[in-house]
Amino acid sequence: MCRIGAIKSLNYVHPSMALQLMQSQQKGHDNSGFAMVMQDLGGIFEPYKKLPTLSMACTSEGIKLAEDILHEIGFHRIMQWSPEVNDKPGLDINAMPHYVFETFNYPRSYKKASQKEKEELLLDTRLRLRRVLEKDEEGFVYSFWPDLLTLKEIGDPRDIGTYFNLWKANTTFTAKVITAQCRQNTNYDIVRYAAHPFHLQGYTALANGENTFYLKNKEYQQQLHRGYIGFESDSQCFLYTLHYVHRELGWPLSYYKHVVTPLPFEEIDARQDRKQLLAIRQSLAHLEINGPNTIIGMLPDNSLFTCCDAKKLRPVVVGYDSETVVISSEVCGINEVLPDRNWENDIYPNEREIVVINDELEVQRWKQ
Amino acid sequence: METMRVNQLTANDLPWKILYNASRCTLCGSCLATCSFRAIKAKVERRRMVFSEGDLPEPRARFSAVPVIRQGTSIRDYCRGCAMCEKVCPNDAIRPERNVDTRHPIVTRCLGGDSIKRGGRKNLEGTIRTLDTLRVGRISQMTDPSLDAQRHKFDLLAPFGRILPPGRLPFIAGTDQEMSLGELTPPVSWVYPVIIGDMSIGALSWRMWEAVAMATAYLNEECGLPVRMCSGEGGVPRRLLRSKYLKYMILQIASGHFGWNRIATSMPDMIEDPAGILIKIGQGAKPGDGGLLQAGKVAEHIQAIRGVPKADLLSPPNHQGLYSIEESVQKMFLSLNAAFKFRVPVAIKVAASATSVSVFNNLVRDPYNIVGGFFLDGIDGGTGAAHEVSLDHTGHPIVSKLRDCYLAAVTQGRQGQIPLWAAGGLGKTGDLAADAFKMICLGANGVFTGKLILQMAGCVGNDMGRCNACNTGLCPAGITTQEPQLVRRLDPDRVAQNIVNYYLAMDQELKKLMAPIGNSTLPVGRADALVSTDRAIAERLKIQHVC
Ligand code: SF4
Ligand code: SF4
Repeated sequence: MCRIGAIKSLNYVHPSMALQLMQSQQKGHDNSGFAMVMQDLGGIFEPYKKLPTLSMACTSEGIKLAEDILHEIGFHRIMQWSPEVNDKPGLDINAMPHYVFETFNYPRSYKKASQKEKEELLLDTRLRLRRVLEKDEEGFVYSFWPDLLTLKEIGDPRDIGTYFNLWKANTTFTAKVITAQCRQNTNYDIVRYAAHPFHLQGYTALANGENTFYLKNKEYQQQLHRGYIGFESDSQCFLYTLHYVHRELGWPLSYYKHVVTPLPFEEIDARQDRKQLLAIRQSLAHLEINGPNTIIGMLPDNSLFTCCDAKKLRPVVVGYDSETVVISSEVCGINEVLPDRNWENDIYPNEREIVVINDELEVQRWKQ
Repeated sequence: METMRVNQLTANDLPWKILYNASRCTLCGSCLATCSFRAIKAKVERRRMVFSEGDLPEPRARFSAVPVIRQGTSIRDYCRGCAMCEKVCPNDAIRPERNVDTRHPIVTRCLGGDSIKRGGRKNLEGTIRTLDTLRVGRISQMTDPSLDAQRHKFDLLAPFGRILPPGRLPFIAGTDQEMSLGELTPPVSWVYPVIIGDMSIGALSWRMWEAVAMATAYLNEECGLPVRMCSGEGGVPRRLLRSKYLKYMILQIASGHFGWNRIATSMPDMIEDPAGILIKIGQGAKPGDGGLLQAGKVAEHIQAIRGVPKADLLSPPNHQGLYSIEESVQKMFLSLNAAFKFRVPVAIKVAASATSVSVFNNLVRDPYNIVGGFFLDGIDGGTGAAHEVSLDHTGHPIVSKLRDCYLAAVTQGRQGQIPLWAAGGLGKTGDLAADAFKMICLGANGVFTGKLILQMAGCVGNDMGRCNACNTGLCPAGITTQEPQLVRRLDPDRVAQNIVNYYLAMDQELKKLMAPIGNSTLPVGRADALVSTDRAIAERLKIQHVC
């Protein structure tokens, strides 16, 4: 089973905090992987908030292939950082030769381009890189987006932390939002792309659970957007629906819940906004999810949210103090990183709500 | 010796032989009175008995005349194997037996010089049914729990009406995370996923039709199941048109346009909108063949409802003036949508055919978004009357065709926008819930059923040539006849009760299938929940093969 967690803070925090958050829940997962997405970056990435950073794990040949493509498109690299690795013997990690975090300037021809055009370029570029590197397994391109980076690896999360020197906090590698998940997806083949969190154009999602409407979701999403690819995990569907509803359709976040876990017809009928809710349920019937799951999502504006399946078959808890909010599958994770918070304020979201944390760290509970 | 008349018809040439045991017969005459086909006759036989009374053999003969029952040998009034005689015989003295040596298909053509007509269903049995090779094989048990079929609340509803692509929903963003709907959207109703298929008054006896309408109303009003019934072509009684129960009725328009005069003139008096309109283009049991109501069945009340004289009523095989799919969309849909001011969903029913996917693709692409349902009818469906050659040899099985249409929608990214409803031999084994559920997993939004409803009412016909005399107007069960004395055999309350009970049982069974896969809403298109024990079928339907 997966365990998921997210930290959002007013201050920059180091991934060691995410490792601690997940470490205490290790009995709940199978120690088969660790993945995280960091957003609103600090440290050495702080000066480049508007510029895209490529997150990739690859071979030397992979780097070359990727750089050629980026060069051809016109991206100029202005920053490069690779974690110093500690390759001591005995670590349970299935490491790739290189981990690359590179920040680029947009091609000159995009100087006057709109934000939207740039965002489409970033997506197309990532998809192209992925396609090319996928062929001979030369690498995995996780994200290419401003102010955001992704790290994923197969192995024991503790050892992955050791390997990347992530256990010791520092100020060079930090972010204000970090989402993390432990466990490689064992339902399907072990592939790095199958590990959540997944990222697409500023949207990030991770989940603990199963989506028994996976096939329905997948068959529908495949035609909706060129970025909806892979489907290595049934949880990718949660991300694509989030992206579709919020970005493509431009609907407010509150409707996400109505799409993935629509109210029963009887309840819709009793509501004032029944026309809207019915229209949504009808038109997006194939994006409904079923089965047990908890979703954590991160939006381009750095807000964070969590919600559950319609039967609340998976746990999640939100705890906070004045500077930090933590979402976690199990409360022990929060106890670890926020031991002094007032636990009476902890929120155990129910099956019909979304808990949203905006960029000012305001925690809101929206009833579906 | 007299020349033997080889070509004289005997019982051995006919599909059924009557086995009669004179020693058990009390001569009550019940069987004779019952046989609606006049296939048996009372006769007097001359019997000769040789006996000897003394100690020594002194044979003598005694002649007597004995009244008996004999089978007729006419190709018009022949035994259909309905076994009504057996049912009424107090002494088990008579019963029909299937005649494997029948020459009926040949002699009927030779003697009549005309095509064979009958009702019922396809009568060429053979391979095992596709649906019976499928199992619900994806069982939730560990991390993804099954549900409790008794206590969990399931959303067992299917859409009827055109569903807009999400990007075309006329939402207006309000303040505070709210959206409202701007313009009108096409009407959609969510109904029970098993619609009672289109059988007309005319094809059915008025008692039968009324019983079905009664069952529908009861299921809605008393049982909370929003079941819809399709009227069939041939109109609706005025009383019903003006009643509140009209809202459970899908009105059908077919190529004969029978009954529409009455529907149109009743519109000002309607207090409810009908549940929908179904434009019938074709029928699975006899694709490419029009409807046929033989004059014998056109009783006075049928003449009134349909607005016709007593004559053979033929619905042409095609709607006159529909030359293209686009045209059908524009002309019929627009006018019928307009008739009820765009408040009532309008759907189309076609016979499954090698070309169904193209038709469906065209409709799905229709930019007007007015086709509110694609009813696909496969070869195993029933009919009131058709040429036997059409019944047995034309048509297309429903399962792969439904799957193809669903996958075509998937390719277009438009699944669910025109709800898919499937029929044609579903529930043939008596278990409609299983068939419906499997069809839904393969991509149907719901199914519709006709023949099975007749069987709930007491129809004795089957796929092996039993009865299937719906075209004659002599239905021995009072279901497809207008003869008052035959109609009286049918107790409409009892029929309604059977239908209601069957639906209640089916509802339970559908939940029993939803629970193990852990879904609370219908698993439309969840082919991953199915497995097939037949490799070819698995490949064709794109599901897992198991053995
Ligand atoms: S089986 Fe039916 S058709 Fe045949 S003799 Fe008996 S009642 Fe008549
Ligand atoms: S019993 Fe009536 S409805 Fe059934 S097959 Fe015979 S004639 Fe048709």
